[in-house]
Amino acid sequence: MPSRTVSHGSSGRLRGLFLVMVLVFLESSVFTLAFASSDQHSPTTAHSDGHKATDHGSHNNTGKAFPVLDLNYENVRVPFEISLWVLLASLMKLGFHLVPHLSNIVPESCLLIVVGLLVGGIIRGTGETVPPVLDSKLFFYILLPPIILDAGYFLPIRPFMENLGTILIFAVVGTLWNAFFVGGLLYGVCQIGTESSSILSRIGLLQCLLFGSIISAVDPVAVLAVFEEIHINELLHILVFGESLLNDAVTVVLYHLFEEFSGIGTVTLVKGFLGVISFFVVALGGVLVGVLYGILAAFTSRFTSHTRVIEPLFVFLYSYMAYLSAEIFHLSGIMALIACGAVMRPYVEANISHKSHTTIKYFLKMWSSVSETLIFIFLGVATVAGPHDWNWTFVTVTVILCLVARVIGVVGLTFIINKFRIVKLTTKDQFIIAYGGLRGAIAFSLGFLLEKDHFPEREIFLTAIITVIFFTVFVQGMTIKPLVELLAVKKKQEAKRSINEEIHTQFLDHLLTGIEDICGHYGHHHWKDKLNRFNKKYVKKCLIAGERSKEPQLIAFYHKMEMKQAIQLVESGGGIKLPSAMPSTVSMQNIQPRPPTKPAAERAIPQLSKTKEEEIRKILRTNLQRTRQRLRSYNRHTLVADPYEDGLSDLFLKKQKMFQIEKKLKEMNTYLTVPAPPPDSPTMCRARLASDPQAYSIKPALNKVPMIQVDLASPQSPDSVNLLDEFGQANQQEEEEQGLMMKPPSRPREGKKPGEEDEAKDQQKLMRCLSDPGPSADEDEDGAFLP
Amino acid sequence: MGSRASRLLREEEIEEIKKETGFSHSQITRLYSRFTSLDKGENGTLSREDFQRIPELAINPLGDRIINAFFPEGEDQVNFRGFMRTLAHFRPIEDNEKNKNPSATEPLNSRTNKLLFAFRLYDLDRDDKISRDELLQVLRMMVGVNISDEQLGSIADRTIQEADTNGDSCISFNEFIKASFVVNIHICTVVLVLVNI
Repeated sequence: MPSRTVSHGSSGRLRGLFLVMVLVFLESSVFTLAFASSDQHSPTTAHSDGHKATDHGSHNNTGKAFPVLDLNYENVRVPFEISLWVLLASLMKLGFHLVPHLSNIVPESCLLIVVGLLVGGIIRGTGETVPPVLDSKLFFYILLPPIILDAGYFLPIRPFMENLGTILIFAVVGTLWNAFFVGGLLYGVCQIGTESSSILSRIGLLQCLLFGSIISAVDPVAVLAVFEEIHINELLHILVFGESLLNDAVTVVLYHLFEEFSGIGTVTLVKGFLGVISFFVVALGGVLVGVLYGILAAFTSRFTSHTRVIEPLFVFLYSYMAYLSAEIFHLSGIMALIACGAVMRPYVEANISHKSHTTIKYFLKMWSSVSETLIFIFLGVATVAGPHDWNWTFVTVTVILCLVARVIGVVGLTFIINKFRIVKLTTKDQFIIAYGGLRGAIAFSLGFLLEKDHFPEREIFLTAIITVIFFTVFVQGMTIKPLVELLAVKKKQEAKRSINEEIHTQFLDHLLTGIEDICGHYGHHHWKDKLNRFNKKYVKKCLIAGERSKEPQLIAFYHKMEMKQAIQLVESGGGIKLPSAMPSTVSMQNIQPRPPTKPAAERAIPQLSKTKEEEIRKILRTNLQRTRQRLRSYNRHTLVADPYEDGLSDLFLKKQKMFQIEKKLKEMNTYLTVPAPPPDSPTMCRARLASDPQAYSIKPALNKVPMIQVDLASPQSPDSVNLLDEFGQANQQEEEEQGLMMKPPSRPREGKKPGEEDEAKDQQKLMRCLSDPGPSADEDEDGAFLP
Repeated sequence: MGSRASRLLREEEIEEIKKETGFSHSQITRLYSRFTSLDKGENGTLSREDFQRIPELAINPLGDRIINAFFPEGEDQVNFRGFMRTLAHFRPIEDNEKNKNPSATEPLNSRTNKLLFAFRLYDLDRDDKISRDELLQVLRMMVGVNISDEQLGSIADRTIQEADTNGDSCISFNEFIKASFVVNIHICTVVLVLVNI
């Protein structure tokens, strides 16, 4: 979740905070009211349950006067409560960022759990029973998928694939080790450490192993929540995060295995062997289901060029279906979701419009953000709800064992892994990996799923799980940031991917593939190259519509970059020199490549006299204006009268023109609706950094004139020059503003220049609709297709 | 494999190559067998045609340039020593190597030498600068035939613009290093790993 820092003044912040507090109080009171009234009618059940209360008789009062104002809460109870919860979650998120410094010290997840505790406490304090909000169905089918889809869709494929071996070893072997270590030792402690009559000694080995498998899985939600805020380098991030995603398969298999074993009571070798097989089935089957749905989604997106509005829907639906389909067969839903998102992304992005892309991105971020918030709040509430069975031995031993197991596991595995890695994992890396193994809501939900009759010790388990979760999230979550600073772990590099890097990456790929071929060594690059070739030859043709299927990756990347830069320019409101990107994209069809010249000061074209330059400038300006008007006005009556026409009073014509242009100005403003960000916004800084003096750039003296040669429809005629000359000096100001129509007249002049190019570009090349300023600072796609 | 070779590799040669390039014994023998299998003429040297016979290299966009990199200036044959010397650039970097002999010249697989190797693949005329035309050639090879010259020209211009700090419209070696900074991590790490047999 991108955490935006709202740069209000301090008074604004406090005011906002106050308002949020008031809202929260109001909400809590509504909550308690809601629960109070609902409790009168029926016992509360899980939210996702649509069961209504049976008794509504109180509303059918015959013989009374017609009720002008009536209270009918039951009808809207469930949606109302759901909305209240979501609203609470969102307000909390808002509130945290308004409190100064709080979000720097305490990770959001901790705060949210505390809020959940408070809310649960309030509900319980008013005497109502706390609803079991973290119902497993709700969690697994509603709350978890958006987070995983968000993670899978924006998964950085290249680092993931490069480290796949390491990730898999950590996920599979590491989780297995954790499960057996914790489970086994716990059983030993239970048997040895306590008296034979204690409840602990009745916990069987299988139950302990089941508990171990539940508690040993690193949780993607918690990892995401905490790691988002500490910005460590990409390698560590992808290692821990990838592990948390892939260990789902292991968890699913172990969970079902041990659950079934403890139900039946006998363990045979055959069953164990089948368990191993089922692991492969679960993992690979999940991936297969995901890939299938991903391909389907990509194929569908090929035909959506006429119904752009529902494009995002396909992405979401197919992914969700992949998840559910995997769950039908008890395959790993998380892996299906990840595979689906990762597979469909390059093809879908090539097919859908820019707006749809933005929509998908924002919806995913929004849903995953809300989900995450809700999950943590519900964790808090569920803690208050209980039922709890606190057993000191069990809980403390569990916590200690979890930590120890994790450390030993990471260190041991790294020792083996480093023999095969090129970039070895240092001790610092290992520490972060071990420390970043957070447990979260998945463990709790799995524990919640246990049936009471099979597992009489369910409450002990739940309490221990919650304690471990609290410990990892609070203690580890809060301290990991200062530790990262202390150990001086490499942070994430903020630089965006430049065209240089893209070229060099591809270059190196080819180079290394070639060297591998010369050596006769079928290594990493060889297979990657083969896959790329297969992709280019067959897959892209099927799944990408039209001409884009033939577009080489480099060109696609370049286009994307240019687009981004254009958007940045518009957002930043100008004030910077024209970067080379703008004219070059426009000129993709038109311009001849210029010979390399000396920077900025000289130009390749022959020097003109000043007056001639002014003339040319004016001609360009008018004609650019006219082109725009021609394309934009659909109504004959708003078309500017042709300057070639004689017989009309020129002055009248000019006035008319000016009115229409001002009207268009206003239209344009609403069309583009890009507010200028504050001067030190990241977009501005980046746009500044991105700009470079170049052969195309304008001499400082001519700073208002765009020097691109746009292929204009209308021929230049001396009439237009005459017309302009008549405007005279008095209108010079007005003209300047008319010529560049993108900003209101009050804006500084530099702002118009980039806007104008944007306009021209819009008309000339409509690859994607550009009216949406699009995503801001985020580093989402790295533009790489199958790398 | 070994029996096809008309000339077996002697122990002292292996030792020399080991010292010069840093490959291990088994790696050297394995590469030697590969060398001899490529050497159709069985005269102990490889010519350009021998390389071009490798099928995957033919479809590699940079195939010709890579082949050229093996041959020293103006020569048409490369012996096993030269072969190994070029391949040595792609060994993984070992930091402890540097500490062993501080006075000796940089090992072939040092970071700088790796980058220099890559740089030389761009810079054909060896003037230590990547000019716009050289960049265009590389881009053309990587991108294929469908893209127009103007488009490639704009990409090339943009690339040079991003990297060029001293304003000479060419990319020097230092600018190359800086511009592909993130990729530098790659070149040092994503390196051919010859599995020890």
